[in-house]
Amino acid sequence: MNSSAPMPESYYRLLEKIQAVDFVLVDLTLYLDTHPNDFETIKQFNQLAYESKQLKASFEEQFGPLLQYGGSFSQYPWDWKQAPWPWQV
Amino acid sequence: MWYYEKKLQYPVKVSQCNPMLAKYLIEQYGGADGELSAALRYLNQRYTIPDKVVGLLNDIGTEEFAHLEMIATMIYKLTKDATPEQLKAAGLGAHFVNHDHALYYHNAAGSPWTATYIQAKGDPIADLYEDVAAEEKARATYQWIIDISDDPYINDSLKFLREREIVHSQRFKEAIEILKEERDRQKIF
Repeated sequence: MNSSAPMPESYYRLLEKIQAVDFVLVDLTLYLDTHPNDFETIKQFNQLAYESKQLKASFEEQFGPLLQYGGSFSQYPWDWKQAPWPWQV
Repeated sequence: MWYYEKKLQYPVKVSQCNPMLAKYLIEQYGGADGELSAALRYLNQRYTIPDKVVGLLNDIGTEEFAHLEMIATMIYKLTKDATPEQLKAAGLGAHFVNHDHALYYHNAAGSPWTATYIQAKGDPIADLYEDVAAEEKARATYQWIIDISDDPYINDSLKFLREREIVHSQRFKEAIEILKEERDRQKIF
């Protein structure tokens, strides 16, 4: 319920970049769960984990925290609970 | 424990209000081979599965909750602006009188979700073969929904989910091979 103001185009562009990198991280996680000795893939995983953190830092500066429970810092006032939620955009 | 991340795993867009399509998508929300069943099945089995494959069940189970959220987003967006008349015309009249526009864990035909949809046998091979079958059934369901849907945005997201079922199935098959290798190694003296 409730609709908030529409998000700017840059929100979607940056979010999609994060989704793309994080998708590879999910897929590599499952792959490494059954191929734990694949050195090259672990290097790729760590490189993408770094890229993901960079992208999220930049996203959070503009659009607020992505992770709950201290995974992200908060502005004043408390901004974690602010809409939009993922199903609203 | 889990951390929620304020994003969908993959974007979900809809072309227009379409409660009929939402009704079909509910199959993957609270149906036998849906995402809730998948998440609860794997995360419950992981406690008694050999250490070598706990990680896989843990991680696929977690990804299933992200898929559940994508399906919920589709249903929510397809129905949020629907009038009671439109819901009734789409076959969601019975849903409306009980839940208004709220989502609920039942299948496309309205049967509530039940734990009898999932199994935990305590036998790792039996559990993993069930998991492979579950992924293949979910893949088939996504295909049938894509076949019946004419919303290109929804179909794009559904194709992503269909591909994930294939990857999960493949990983579960690898897990079975890992356990079989281990078992065979123990027989050599």
